[in-house]
Amino acid sequence: MTEMPVDRPDVIPPSRLRRAWDSDFAWSFRHSPVAMVSAFFTALLVLSAVFAPLLATTNPYDPASLNLMNGFTAPGTPNAFTGESFLMGTDDQGRDVFSTILYGMRISLFVGFAAVLLAMLIGVTLGLVAGYRGGWVETLIMRTADVQLTFPAILVAMLIFGIAKGVTPVEYRDQMAIWVLILAIGLSDWVQFARVVRGATLVERKKEYVQAAQLIGRSGFAITFRHILPNVLSPVLVIATISLALAIIAEATLSFLGVGAPPTQPSLGTLIRIGQGFLFSGEWWILFFPAVTLLVLALSVNLLGDWLRDALNPRMR
Amino acid sequence: MLDLASPAPHDPRMISFILRRVFQSILVLLIVGLVAFSMFTFVGDPIDNMLGQERTDADIARLRAQLGLDQPFPVQYFRFLENAVQGNFGISYRQGRPVADILLERAPATLELAFVSGFLAIFFGIVLGVFTALRRGTVAANAVMTISLIGVSLPTFLIGILLIYVFSVELDLLPSFGRGDTVNLGWWSTGFLTWSGLKALILPSITLGLYQMTLIMRLVRTEMLEVLRQDYIRFARARGLRDRAIHFRHALKNTLVPVITVTGLQLGSIIAFAIITETVFQWPGVGLLFINAIQFVDIPVMAAYLMLISVMFVAINLIVDLLYFAIDPRLRT
Repeated sequence: MTEMPVDRPDVIPPSRLRRAWDSDFAWSFRHSPVAMVSAFFTALLVLSAVFAPLLATTNPYDPASLNLMNGFTAPGTPNAFTGESFLMGTDDQGRDVFSTILYGMRISLFVGFAAVLLAMLIGVTLGLVAGYRGGWVETLIMRTADVQLTFPAILVAMLIFGIAKGVTPVEYRDQMAIWVLILAIGLSDWVQFARVVRGATLVERKKEYVQAAQLIGRSGFAITFRHILPNVLSPVLVIATISLALAIIAEATLSFLGVGAPPTQPSLGTLIRIGQGFLFSGEWWILFFPAVTLLVLALSVNLLGDWLRDALNPRMR
Repeated sequence: MLDLASPAPHDPRMISFILRRVFQSILVLLIVGLVAFSMFTFVGDPIDNMLGQERTDADIARLRAQLGLDQPFPVQYFRFLENAVQGNFGISYRQGRPVADILLERAPATLELAFVSGFLAIFFGIVLGVFTALRRGTVAANAVMTISLIGVSLPTFLIGILLIYVFSVELDLLPSFGRGDTVNLGWWSTGFLTWSGLKALILPSITLGLYQMTLIMRLVRTEMLEVLRQDYIRFARARGLRDRAIHFRHALKNTLVPVITVTGLQLGSIIAFAIITETVFQWPGVGLLFINAIQFVDIPVMAAYLMLISVMFVAINLIVDLLYFAIDPRLRT
């Protein structure tokens, strides 16, 4: 906190923007080139995914806009039949690779954000309850977390995907795939949140403000969610960012393996899966551009998370 | 360091710890078994899968009684466990053969792949870890560290595709899919004995082992740097021992305790990530079988894989925990 001048009317108190700019957090950001570069790429990719319909030259989901004659156009060179030119080339259907990447990134990011949100909701709630209530509730929740942690998250996600797919009627499977994917990744990833929040809650529970709230008779629900929750949020933010990178990779992996986003709604992973088929026939761009996009996206979010962890937790520096 | 006050193996605390861990492991397996069994019960009706279009209600009732599906849930669950323990996992919906036979046929491919990648990861992990610790700050060590960072951030399947692109498409040196020629030793089919089988192993095992190798390398490096600062190393130097003896006989030996535990836990991950590697390289192992089972909702195969991998994971965790307990006296309080 900066000191506020109280008795000096000649000194204008710094604006809110100015104070945010001067905070430790912003200072650490301005002095970390890695953080700035990764924040730039994250923002660039997220914004281009959000504004995909404006940026994309064609809508890859609209069959009317496709011309099969444009198939396998190399990047930058005009097509032999139609003379059209594409920045990143086209796939076998004549779809513009640049546009499919923009739309694919939308699905990758949507699944990633939604899955992390789900994991966060489950993990934070269970962590708060476990930490505040204690007793058999805590034992049950944390034991479940331990058991789940024994298995790699990607395996758990595959299994949940498989079961959910089996439960969904055949005719809805492709439509539901995205939601099943979110459920699978979200459920496979809540443990980290629960563990950290429980640990922080155990510390907060003994503090005076909680005792004061108990004394004036606030309910356990109000104390945990209104009073304790805001105080345990900063580690949650760090885990959420790192989880987002992991969720994006998990989604891409599942889709690449053919147990994720269907070809009718391709994510970056699905595009890489499709592109791998053309690796031997020389159409490298169908694989290359989605793969590089995925890499840059996952790496920037990951580095941003690393920086956030250091910036929010000075003890870990 | 040996702690003289630490309890002997027959200490009651140790026995109670072991019993508790064994009990927990059995409980986990029972829960996993329940999940696997519920998949059979709630995901699709086995009767649907077994009887054709022209079935009568009498047929359904007869088959239901024959399969024991009219029994109460706990009885069915118990029978399911009984069968699973005896290696009877039912019949694959897709292939129409007993799941146990299919698993047994696929197991050698996965185990050989996991064995080679585990060996690569441990060997190169320790060698490179020691190298980067001893030659800290040199160009070569920094290069290894930077490359390892990239290795960790690349998703497994992209590493596989990259290797295929370089070594199969561009250089045309190594096969990009399959196991090559295999030799049957009894029911075990091995790729170790033919030239093409060995060549086929190279790319998949690098893909699978790279992440674990990086992890072990970083761990060995950190531990080694930590140990080299200790007094007994300085004492050894003062005694005039040669560098080689200090580094390998005194320092490395003490770094290996955490390496063993982490490596043990990573063994499970190798099996799990084999699913990805096997799909990239169309390696005919258990992981590829599992992915195909998910794609085609082949419940018996999924359930059997789940049970099998859980037994493996729980056993590995139990052994690592007990090892750790035996090695680290601080845990015994």
